[in-house]
Amino acid sequence: MTGTVDPTIINLVVFVLAVFVGYHVIWNVTPALHTPLMSVTNAISSVIIVGAILAAGAPAIDFGSVMGAIAVGLAAINVAGGFLVTRRMLEMFRKKTKIEKS
Amino acid sequence: MSANVVALCYLVASVCFILALKGLSSPATARRGNAFGIAGMAIAVITTFAIVVHGRIELILGGMLIGGAIGAVVARRVEMTQMPELVAAMHSLVGLAAVLIAMAVVDNPGAFGEHNPLPRGNRLELFIGTFVGALTFSGSIIAFGKLAGLGKAFRLFSSAPIVFRGQHFINLLLALVMLGFGLAFFLADDKAWTPFLAMTAIAFVLGVLIIIPIGGADMPVVISMLNSYSGWAAAGIGFSLNNTMLIIAGSLVGSSGAILSYIMCKAMNRSFFSVVLGGFGAEEGGVAKGAEQRTVKSGSADDAAFMMANAESVVIVPGYGLAVARAQHAVKEMAQLLAGKGVQVRYAIHPVAGRMPGHMNVLLAEAEVPYDQVFEMEDINNDFGDTDVVLVLGANDVVNPLAHEKGSPIYGMPILEVSKARTVLVNKRSMASGYAGLDNPLFYMDRTMMIFGDAKKVVEDIVKALG
Repeated sequence: MTGTVDPTIINLVVFVLAVFVGYHVIWNVTPALHTPLMSVTNAISSVIIVGAILAAGAPAIDFGSVMGAIAVGLAAINVAGGFLVTRRMLEMFRKKTKIEKS
Repeated sequence: MSANVVALCYLVASVCFILALKGLSSPATARRGNAFGIAGMAIAVITTFAIVVHGRIELILGGMLIGGAIGAVVARRVEMTQMPELVAAMHSLVGLAAVLIAMAVVDNPGAFGEHNPLPRGNRLELFIGTFVGALTFSGSIIAFGKLAGLGKAFRLFSSAPIVFRGQHFINLLLALVMLGFGLAFFLADDKAWTPFLAMTAIAFVLGVLIIIPIGGADMPVVISMLNSYSGWAAAGIGFSLNNTMLIIAGSLVGSSGAILSYIMCKAMNRSFFSVVLGGFGAEEGGVAKGAEQRTVKSGSADDAAFMMANAESVVIVPGYGLAVARAQHAVKEMAQLLAGKGVQVRYAIHPVAGRMPGHMNVLLAEAEVPYDQVFEMEDINNDFGDTDVVLVLGANDVVNPLAHEKGSPIYGMPILEVSKARTVLVNKRSMASGYAGLDNPLFYMDRTMMIFGDAKKVVEDIVKALG
């Protein structure tokens, strides 16, 4: 066995391990927080903005970079919207725990 | 910035995302988790920005500013009752972004550090990311329309399942044609726009066709499923760009959505495939039609107030009707008044109550209902036998005892056992059946009293009578 590992294989390793981590972490999420879970995973999946930035940042403005710029805009809606609305919801849950303690 | 530094930064961001999800295991740690999520996203964006900073950045900054501003405004303005629509709309954006990025890659692979023309392996990954993204986009648009109740404006958005003959056959045929174009794209040596665009267009159509036959009651499953798809789309794009950040984050989201779909299906005792492949309305009807005209006892809000005030324990079962009427604040006020009279008040939440997972919990949280009064189905189902009064607010199928009867369409679905309580008060707008289209024997019991009217109005009347 010699030679370097194909990047696709490394990607596959990362992918399978990440799915395992996701599986185990998600089962621990309390059902009461399933709606915030959806909004925060929404925000996380908009990390696709990384790909959009790479596309939009091409040296010259061409078809690809315009597509990328639109994708940056769409993903940015999700990044801001997802995290902010999650925070808003979680603030509501915090008020509850405060009342509970007092 | 060297590729190694970039990879390490992405690793840190990925760990932040995992901590963000881990934080949601309890309300106490959830806000810290969200902060980790924001930090992870900031690291990922800044790192990527550093890679392209010598290129033209005005497009990127413009996109981020406009998108970020829209997102911030929406997040501030949206009502908690509209969360399902918002989440569906956001899924569609991820899907569309994935498709646009894939088009940019096809146009100029060199910009992403890929070989030009694109190697076969990357084409395969790109194909998967694109069609999942396109499915997510159009499917989420339909889900959004159904959830926002736009059925009257546009028939495809109808919350009733749209079924027609040969539906599955057409879907299968389209899927095969799409795979054919995918193969052509895979085998081509040049940019191969034609098969790529044809495949994307068919995926858009498929997304619509897959979601229209799914009825309103199955929305929690659909929305979880689309959540999962949006993650897989991001992961697929990550594979074709050899970007571990996208692969990790996409997989986390993908598995999260898949688990939520599983939990929702289990709570409705339906297999995932039966939800995805057909409308809820398709196979029912037999039991409901057999029921003869029966009489129900109906009462006023004053009667309800009297009964609850004289009870020792009251359990409130919120459903979609509460969300539609935005009655959560009135319910909180009513519960406080009852508690002041020494009544023990608790809330019982069915996993699929509402239109998305955890919908009711958020509404009650918004009304500042104390966390220790809210119970999940498994934790409270044994207590209904000792409960004096159950107040069902705009819920139907999740309390339908037909679920215990063999042959009924909802047979085997876990329900809240409210029929065991000494008195059952049911608030509904009318005698119309729930989304499953079933009659509900609960309404005809001797111990049941119906209170017809809008949930908010009725609860406010009860509050007046109690005060």
